[in-house]
Amino acid sequence: MTTAASPLLDVTGVTMRFGGLTAVNNVSLTVGEGEIIGLIGPNGAGKTTFFNCLTGLYVPTEGSVRYRGTVLPPKPHLVTQAGIARTFQNIRLFSNMTVLENVLVGRHSRTKEGIFTAILRGPRYHRAEAESREKAMELLAFTGLAEKADHLARNLPYGEQRKLEIARALASDPGLLLLDEPTAGMNPQETRAAEELVFAIRDRGVSVLVIEHDMRFIFNLCDRTAVLVQGEKIVEGDRETVQNDDRVITAYLGAPLESAPLEGTTPAVTESDQ
Amino acid sequence: MTTGTETTPVIPLPRPAATALTGLGALLTAASAAMSWTWTSDFPGDLTYYGSPAGLQWLAVAAGVLTLVLLLATHGTPGLRWAAPARSNNAVLYAATGGLAVAVYAVTAIAVELGGLANLDPGGWVLAAGGLLGVLGALGLPLDRRTAVPLRILDKRLFLLVPAAPLGWFGAHAIPGDQPVAPVMTALSGALAIATGAVLLLQLGHLANSGLRLGKIDRPLPAPRELPSWAEVLLIVLAFGLGLFAITFGIDTEYGELFIGYLLLVGPAVAAIATSGLLGRLRALTVKYRPVTTGAAFAAAASFPFTQGSDQYTSVATNILIFATVALGLNIVVGLAGLLDLGYVAFLGVGAYAAALVSGSPASPIHVQFPFWAAMLTGAAASMVFGVLIGAPTLRLRGDYLAIVTLGFGEIFRITMQSLNGTTGPNVTNGSNGIPRIPDLEILGFDLGKTHTVGGIELGRFSNYYLLMLLVTAVVVLVFARVGNSRIGRAWVAIREDETAAEAMGINGFRLKLLAFALGACLAGLAGTVQAHVSYTVTPDQYTFADALPPNSAFLLAAVILGGMGTISGPLAGATLLFLIPKKLEFLADYQLLAFGAVLIILMRVRPEGLIPNRRRQLEFHEAEIPSQPTGDDTTALTKAGA
Repeated sequence: MTTAASPLLDVTGVTMRFGGLTAVNNVSLTVGEGEIIGLIGPNGAGKTTFFNCLTGLYVPTEGSVRYRGTVLPPKPHLVTQAGIARTFQNIRLFSNMTVLENVLVGRHSRTKEGIFTAILRGPRYHRAEAESREKAMELLAFTGLAEKADHLARNLPYGEQRKLEIARALASDPGLLLLDEPTAGMNPQETRAAEELVFAIRDRGVSVLVIEHDMRFIFNLCDRTAVLVQGEKIVEGDRETVQNDDRVITAYLGAPLESAPLEGTTPAVTESDQ
Repeated sequence: MTTGTETTPVIPLPRPAATALTGLGALLTAASAAMSWTWTSDFPGDLTYYGSPAGLQWLAVAAGVLTLVLLLATHGTPGLRWAAPARSNNAVLYAATGGLAVAVYAVTAIAVELGGLANLDPGGWVLAAGGLLGVLGALGLPLDRRTAVPLRILDKRLFLLVPAAPLGWFGAHAIPGDQPVAPVMTALSGALAIATGAVLLLQLGHLANSGLRLGKIDRPLPAPRELPSWAEVLLIVLAFGLGLFAITFGIDTEYGELFIGYLLLVGPAVAAIATSGLLGRLRALTVKYRPVTTGAAFAAAASFPFTQGSDQYTSVATNILIFATVALGLNIVVGLAGLLDLGYVAFLGVGAYAAALVSGSPASPIHVQFPFWAAMLTGAAASMVFGVLIGAPTLRLRGDYLAIVTLGFGEIFRITMQSLNGTTGPNVTNGSNGIPRIPDLEILGFDLGKTHTVGGIELGRFSNYYLLMLLVTAVVVLVFARVGNSRIGRAWVAIREDETAAEAMGINGFRLKLLAFALGACLAGLAGTVQAHVSYTVTPDQYTFADALPPNSAFLLAAVILGGMGTISGPLAGATLLFLIPKKLEFLADYQLLAFGAVLIILMRVRPEGLIPNRRRQLEFHEAEIPSQPTGDDTTALTKAGA
């Protein structure tokens, strides 16, 4: 399925250890231009840790993460600068800022006005500010929040807070968007809307890597899906491949009979590409 | 969580009777000022004359007139309707409460200071009756009230203090004074008494809240009458003139009794004017004519020295300005970037010391005299460098850890200045003697130390410095306003709200926090350069963490929080109050700090978001009271679990 000659995101052999605990073990993954990739796994499988390795919150113990061919710097703001934006599993909006201000903060890495420009307020400042506002309003219109630009972020309903987080992430003009459980706590209609939104984001030319528990959501959406179990990637592929894989079924539902749930599966798999 | 509202009287009175009663009360309150309140001139202000109000009596006039005007306006008297566009009788009640507060305070003060109610003249009794009638009448007017307020009872264990207090008193008195534990017991019984009083007051407050159930009903305001723009501008100027007058009155209060009365009146009066809708109208005007507003505010502040006959209060005003400017600088660090800095006064100190060293003072080891602008730049730059030096290692910490470390650095500055005295270190600062005899500034041949006559009005030394300091304040206000509302300011607020998320948005948290620290330090240093010249001397003791008088780190932080975090006018108002209250309460001697603490607690209890809150903070603290906005058509259940 990987079509691009040089993938947008190239993760090779990432391992993350906390003391004696190996949270992520030798995981490789690629995301091509315009792809939507899913990442699933039971609770505690290391999905979020893996995400944090991509966004510069953690520095992987081993392995490397390359974005457009260059190794990512180990600082969150530099990663965003490079072109990877993210949302959070538990919504982390700037809740006492307005909706518009939230998105404007997202523009931070794409604007340069410093403190003296702000004090002097020359024509350049006004131009940059107007540009940022225009871009932000465009994104709010894209996510359907334009009418609520002046509301406080905390006053939005839950589903719209999720949308705002996505708009804020898109404000940094990313090439790759990382979504951490974007439909957690949503009802079916909202989940459907979120699906549409992710497709629309892909149509803007942004690749998406999404962590999710909602299988239907993932399989509707993703070109490929990787399954993480106990820190290791056990399988990656399209819907059929993943759904019919015994190890995935074992990991989610337990082993059919006598053998202990995960013992039999994990050591057997080291390289799991189909 | 939204409770219903209704418009009903608290005391069931026929409407005309209630109106008449309120009017009568207001009239009596105002009229009492023309009578003698007490027979002897021993009471401060000399309230013994008929037909010539003085001191506290002017407050009674103000309260009576305000109540009357609001009453008439709320009832739609032609020609006065502008005074109460919101048509809420609550405004009348608040104004009447102000009158009652002044009356109760005046009568109590006279009775306590002169020994008994017998010292009251007829005027005093008329005042008391007027205050009481006014409030009773206003309670009979149809007020905006919430329909249900559950009665809150404090933790029952707290009421154990009530019998404990007299027991403690007996205990303290049972022990002979020569016993070593006697002072401890006295202090203990005092503390018990205060705690008991606080518990009872708090419970009383809850009782009153559930009994009165005063609330706010948002009525659509009638559209303001179309006025030509010159008239609107004139209104703004007029409002600022009135504001200047009110503040000047507070600064000029010659004795503590008058200042307390003033505070007691100002609180309810401001509430009344806000409830009447006048303040909203004014705000709409100021938004419409922003440059005019800024100009009017500046002009009102600049005209203060011209209203003063002597330097007595301009020195107070100058110090208020210095304190307020530094508080505004701290507001960048605390209010915008959310960095709790407990050693901020050190930056003021660095600026002051730097200016003192290059001032040409004979006590300075550096025998140079920089021109004023260079001294200012030196002070600001030195402060900024110090800010970066302190910030670079400490800003990697978050929250409480940062607060503790800044507290430490603040003390390190003071102790270093003390130690650079020639014996424990190289002689730079003369140790605890400080750098005295700092010469007065001379700007373009204008000696700020001399008295000048401008337009027939003498401007003394402090007036000159006041005007200079006002310029510095204006610069700081400008910087705060422009930076706060820019890409940098937004990034600061984002860091304050959620640093992890802010970094994920591409914000270099450390760099921006350092920038906030440096800018805050720089502005405080700027104020410090003026302060050094105003006070002639800089000593290490001026820059402590906590002290009875501002400016010190604790007071600066209190000014920011009390005034309102993240706003411009907030810290200015907070600093003014925090400077005046201890200054005017000096007559309480040993109880000064106690009274000051009580005032602070009351203020924070009534307005936790600060006097002039940021729109955001207001929502934070009073969310339940603000009707929830219609959230579109898909109001889904909010399962906002961490998920």
